[in-house]
Amino acid sequence: MSGSATTSARSCILQIVAAFSLAAAGYGSQAPAKVQISNDDCLACHSDKSLTTKRGGRSLPLYIDQKKFGASVHGPLQCTNCHADLEGKELPHATPLAKVNCGSCHSDEFQQHAKSVHGKALARGDALAPRCVSCHGNHDIVPVKDPRSAVAAIKIPYVCGQCHQEGTPVQLNRNIAQHDILENYTESIHGEGLLKKGLIVAANCASCHTAHSILPHNDPNSSIARKNIAATCTKCHANIELVHRKTIRGELWEKQANTLPACIDCHQPHKVRNAFYSQGMADADCMRCHAAEHLKASDGRSMVVRASEVAGSRHVKVACSQCHSEVNASRVRPCETITHKVDCTACHEAIGQEYAQSTHGQMHAKGNPNAPFCKDCHGTHHVLGKRNPESFTFSTNVPDLCAKCHREGQKAAVLYTGKEHEIIPRYTESIHGKGLLKSGLTVTATCTSCHTAHHELPASNPESSVNPNNVPATCGACHHGIEEQFVQSVHSASITRTGQPLPVCNDCHSAHSIRRTDLDGFRLDIMNTCGHCHAEIAKTYFDTYHGKVSRLGYTKTAKCYDCHGAHDILKVTDPRSHLSRANVVATCRKCHSDATRRFAGYLTHATHHDPKKYPFLFWTFWGMTTLLVGTFTISGVHTLLWLPRALKMRRQLREEEAREKAAESQADAKSKDNNDGQS
Amino acid sequence: MANPKHEFAAAAERRTVLTEPLVVLPAWPPVVADKREFVRFTRLHRTLHACMIVSFLTLALTGMSLKFSYTGWAVRLARILGGFETAGFIHRTAAVVMFGTFFTHIATLIRDKRRNHLTWRSILFGPSTLLPTRRDAQELAGTMKWFLGLGPRPHYGRWTYWEKFDYFAVFWGIVVIGSTGLTLWFPVFFTRFLPGAFINVATIIHSDEALLATGFIFTVHFFNTHLRPEKFPMDTTIFTGHMPVAELRRDKPREYAALVADGTLEEHLEEPQPEIVIKAFRVFAWTALGIGFSVVVWIIYAMIFAYR
Repeated sequence: MSGSATTSARSCILQIVAAFSLAAAGYGSQAPAKVQISNDDCLACHSDKSLTTKRGGRSLPLYIDQKKFGASVHGPLQCTNCHADLEGKELPHATPLAKVNCGSCHSDEFQQHAKSVHGKALARGDALAPRCVSCHGNHDIVPVKDPRSAVAAIKIPYVCGQCHQEGTPVQLNRNIAQHDILENYTESIHGEGLLKKGLIVAANCASCHTAHSILPHNDPNSSIARKNIAATCTKCHANIELVHRKTIRGELWEKQANTLPACIDCHQPHKVRNAFYSQGMADADCMRCHAAEHLKASDGRSMVVRASEVAGSRHVKVACSQCHSEVNASRVRPCETITHKVDCTACHEAIGQEYAQSTHGQMHAKGNPNAPFCKDCHGTHHVLGKRNPESFTFSTNVPDLCAKCHREGQKAAVLYTGKEHEIIPRYTESIHGKGLLKSGLTVTATCTSCHTAHHELPASNPESSVNPNNVPATCGACHHGIEEQFVQSVHSASITRTGQPLPVCNDCHSAHSIRRTDLDGFRLDIMNTCGHCHAEIAKTYFDTYHGKVSRLGYTKTAKCYDCHGAHDILKVTDPRSHLSRANVVATCRKCHSDATRRFAGYLTHATHHDPKKYPFLFWTFWGMTTLLVGTFTISGVHTLLWLPRALKMRRQLREEEAREKAAESQADAKSKDNNDGQS
Repeated sequence: MANPKHEFAAAAERRTVLTEPLVVLPAWPPVVADKREFVRFTRLHRTLHACMIVSFLTLALTGMSLKFSYTGWAVRLARILGGFETAGFIHRTAAVVMFGTFFTHIATLIRDKRRNHLTWRSILFGPSTLLPTRRDAQELAGTMKWFLGLGPRPHYGRWTYWEKFDYFAVFWGIVVIGSTGLTLWFPVFFTRFLPGAFINVATIIHSDEALLATGFIFTVHFFNTHLRPEKFPMDTTIFTGHMPVAELRRDKPREYAALVADGTLEEHLEEPQPEIVIKAFRVFAWTALGIGFSVVVWIIYAMIFAYR
């Protein structure tokens, strides 16, 4: 008691002395009225390392390391700035002092803390609730960025882990849903980054839970509330939408986060890895009901899910709730919140966009019941990869799959108004169909190879893979070497600039009934095909031996592409053309092995109807025609004039013959009579 | 020294002026009950003509199938013939036969000249010449008058002007079609010294000349020598080689007169061919005629209704 009285008396004197001295010096300062307690005053006692006090039966050190304090963020402050209750007290002061109120300066953090799960616990008088000093320490607080800070990023897991690891009173006695938090975190990609690789930017506890506003996940203001989790994660994973285009359409994420899985649905909290993890909403929960054979929906559909189907499927590692995403785990029937059909685009986002643009997708969007949706081609729980021969979408099964609607008479075929008919049998007989279905070459083009799997559009649509502009690239996906030749040829739009439509692959090879080009059918039809556009030149071809034999139905003589090339057709003036001066003899020699340059002068498209281009043929033809007409006219007139005379002569002859015969018979009769008379 | 036979023949020729009535010479000797016939063509001539028929028809059919390849008939024919390559082979084989016929004929002309010790002059300008003469021009004019009812029928000799025309048409045809055909057969060889476009010219000439030949043979020649109303339905002289003497007297009065004047007619008479042989010839002739007419119909159809 006496000690404290002397201290207060001394401080009183000191204050007075100070007041006077300042006044004497002529400073008009606002000198405190009370006695100022300086840090030195405090350190007079607290620099003694042996200074302790007893509290709750334990010895508590009261030593203040002057050096550390001076280096701390609070170094420039007076002790009394925090230990405000020391103000005006006699030294040495009575113990214990009141709890320091950090909120007097750090009011925001103080309020956040007060609202947080920690602050509320503290208000409830929970002895386990952490206060500022629990995490930050007291006299040696350094900036967070300082590695020596108690709350430096790399130390956060330990700070939090003091309470939130297995076996602590908090973990044992308080309602904490998560288990093995620290261990899981340490193993997670974040923990590995922070603790093993020392990446201090890796997320620590506070990165997700915040430092002071720590709230339970079911609090809508929580940083880990379902609707906020995306924002929380994107603090670091700023461009995660780009990475997750296939999973989450940016727009939906923001507007209808509930229809999509949240980050943590796939990347479980504390266990986050760059891989999917099994769900909180476990499949077993679903199967409790859906394993039952008799389970039916209100409209009578069977709702049974065979675990074996899913187990053998491509989605074996995907939880029910990842597709049936509107489940709410807090309900007894988690699925009762489901209002929409499964939207595969939640994961298969790019494909979903393609599908939406396709004819199938457009029809589906209009509510056409005939429009195929994902499951119509891929199935439901037993969805298989396209490389699985059991899959509907395995290449050899695709024609049958598409035929379900596109076979003549089926629902798609009856809607179709274009020119391609009998596509299934035609395809089956085509070189592709035979390759795929008869030879079993699974790399052979099937329906989807040309029409794409999800972006099928009519050929008239410029976006379509079978639009004339895109056909070379579509076919070139397999026939790349041909495409390379084709794009260099006169038929390529990049070479020939014309308003006329240029031919593409299917104009010569057809679309579905593509034939072998080395067999008769194709070789005979190609001339008419070329003749569609090259009418005049085709006509003149048919005036030559090559053309005439072709007309007779024989393939051995040269057809258009034997000379001009098939895909690498170039102008004859182009030195690279098969028919350029340098190459033409070699081209002829393909058939006429001993052809010469003069031989190559044969006009393969000669016409005798063009006096300017081929005067010698023209005049030869007309010379011959004149000869023919002249000869036939003269001999014809001669014959016709002869005819009446000849007929007349014939009559005369007949008459003469008749006369002779009569005379003869008379003579005979006479001689007979004579003979008779004689005898 | 002048040959009395020839002198007589010349006298007979002089006598048979164009204005004389149709039958001027008495039948000599009286041929009552004489079944013998005049031999107009030798066996060689007949054989050559038969070869000609076979090769010509073959060439026509195979060639036309290419020329009129745009008709369904051509396609069917090419199929029947065994495809264009086989048809081509047949065409060239027939061409070889025709060339053979042609050169055999030339060779026999030379052989006969040597054998009979004749001069080219007597062959080319004698009474049996196939070269056109001034008399042919007169006969042509006379024939025209006869056609128009302005005069009697001229007294033709061994070869009428239209028969001579036929003969040289074949001569010319073989040369023209044969040479262009060889060009088309061996284009690589011929383009060693001819421009490549000559193949095109050769094609036109070959094809059009062939059209002329077939058209002419299957219409005018058929009419002139086989189908004339007074001979209808078939003059088999070229097949049997025989001609009734009465016909000789009527159609070739000048030759008949010459032979009578010569007294050599008897040498040219033979017993008729056996009935079966004549029947066989008729079958052959009718077949050839049928094919020929079919080709004509086909050509007309192709040229008029299916022309492209």
